[in-house]
Amino acid sequence: MSDMTYEPESFAFTPEYLEKAKAFVAKYPAGRQQSAVMPLLDLAQRQEGWVSRAAMEVIATMLDMAPIRVEEVATFYTMYNRKPVGKFHVQVCTNLPCMLRGSDDVVAAAKEALGVGFGDMTKDGLFTLSEVECLGACVNAPMMQINDDYYEDLTAETTKAVLEAFKRGETPKPGPQNGRQFSCPAGGPTSLTELKFEGGKA
Amino acid sequence: MLRDSDRIFTNLYGIHDWTLKGARSRGDWDNTKAILDKGRDWIIDEMKNSGLRGRGGAGFPTGVKWSFMPKTEGPRPHYLVINADEGEPGTCKDREMMRFDPHKLIEGALIASFAIGAHAAYIYIRGEFVREAEHLNHAIDEARAAGLIGPNACGSGWDCEVYVHRGAGAYICGEESALIESLEGKKGQPRLKPPFPAGVGLYGCPTTVNNVESIAVAPTILRRGASWFAGLGKPNNTGTKVFCISGHVNTPCNVEEEMGIPLKELIEKHAGGVRGGWDNLLAIIPGGSSVPMLNKQQCEEVTMDFDALRAMRSGLGTAAVIVMDKSTDLVRGIARLSKFYWHESCGQCTPCREGTGWMARMMQRMITGNAELSEIDLLEEISKQIEGHTICALGDAAAWPVQGLIRTFRPELERRILERQAKTRAA
Repeated sequence: MSDMTYEPESFAFTPEYLEKAKAFVAKYPAGRQQSAVMPLLDLAQRQEGWVSRAAMEVIATMLDMAPIRVEEVATFYTMYNRKPVGKFHVQVCTNLPCMLRGSDDVVAAAKEALGVGFGDMTKDGLFTLSEVECLGACVNAPMMQINDDYYEDLTAETTKAVLEAFKRGETPKPGPQNGRQFSCPAGGPTSLTELKFEGGKA
Repeated sequence: MLRDSDRIFTNLYGIHDWTLKGARSRGDWDNTKAILDKGRDWIIDEMKNSGLRGRGGAGFPTGVKWSFMPKTEGPRPHYLVINADEGEPGTCKDREMMRFDPHKLIEGALIASFAIGAHAAYIYIRGEFVREAEHLNHAIDEARAAGLIGPNACGSGWDCEVYVHRGAGAYICGEESALIESLEGKKGQPRLKPPFPAGVGLYGCPTTVNNVESIAVAPTILRRGASWFAGLGKPNNTGTKVFCISGHVNTPCNVEEEMGIPLKELIEKHAGGVRGGWDNLLAIIPGGSSVPMLNKQQCEEVTMDFDALRAMRSGLGTAAVIVMDKSTDLVRGIARLSKFYWHESCGQCTPCREGTGWMARMMQRMITGNAELSEIDLLEEISKQIEGHTICALGDAAAWPVQGLIRTFRPELERRILERQAKTRAA
């Protein structure tokens, strides 16, 4: 048996999260409440930082599901953490498009900046470093996700700068770290230059 | 080159306001009622006549797909499901559409729902796209408050709700029946077909599953007319397409271009050309990781459309162009893709569950040539035992990059093996 001492005795949604959970259940037809299992697992993870056995049991009861069905879902999808992770979950993409643009350097810089390897948490509990599959920002490669935000167009230097900023308690601006306009070609657009709209700039 | 006035995704780069006010200034939600008033048959015919082929990879005609739904609603409600589980390595187009042009998708969701007789549309967005889901939810709230969706949407008399459902990191949920399973609150494991979703889909009800881009272009097609869309691109490969150009180019980017644009022109006009010049090109994966790569000669000749790429035994897929210059360790690149498919195999079918692991481990050894020459054939044999022997296409997708590598770059695999063997003998 692996070490399960981190599993809490019990779990309860906070009133705020319980309201959100009910709103999710209401998105699906009557009798189809099982559809809400993914959003509820996500809520539990947002509340606790990970998905505990106790949380799965609460969700199973709420949705009238067998606990094993909830666990199946929680273990099938990679975004549910089945053990505690750091306050900041740093997920570096190493799939082909990122590899071609230098994700090896990003991985090395992240490991050095955090002092941990893939799958490990820093001793202060602030960071967990993970290797992930394609996150769908390939023209802004290489990139990493930190909690809900993407940091893109990284180099070893900007990777380190982003992580050091988090260490200082700052939240660096997400998106391309080289000053580029999202997925527009660096240096300026080659299309969409002739149209004018009243809606104004974003 | 495509004129800006013929481009659909006018806020692709997020320069303009993505909320309702900005979207309206770009023509979204402009008299949507008039489109709905023309009726279901007109909408489906117009979509068929436009020649739009599904933008998620398979290229099935969207209008034809809509026509498969039962004409009248029986006791089982109809559903529209929008596949926003963008996860094919190299692909990052739906993300931009959802965060910067969310109203195009929501307006499209209303029109498509109306056309197939659905009162509810679910947008299944990959879980990592948290901010994109926030934009969608905001846009849905705006549209609902403005009476554009919800009860009596746009004053059409049709009730239509649009919901966002976030995934949680499983590539396989991009497969439509796995997506439906996931939406029902289960593991994302593909279903056997038939029955097809149009007969038995979400909750056992008639369901149409379309890619984000297919739905988001529908309002513009219906507003400007099928003939406008059909007049762009090439016969049987009509319209515009958002291409994602990544890898070894000078300026990686997303860009909307005409279908059938020569691959070389696409890269040189929009992505600043291949790093180190065109002659530094080694190979290109033209349609996302699941399609076989092309060598330089093929890249010079091919146009970016379903039929031309198929003729070269590759595919347009999601139109995610991954460029690799001569510095690329191609074997390592394909080995990385093999590892990806191994990781993402849902475990349901034995050939894929076991075979993707075998391929990934063999590919790992091929990087350093730690293999026998006969293992190249063995690797190909394994890939063929996976291909076509699984419920869904993930098995095929895992097999093709390896097959493409062997077909196009076999001498490189042999060179590594022979060099390593020579070194071992010398030692």
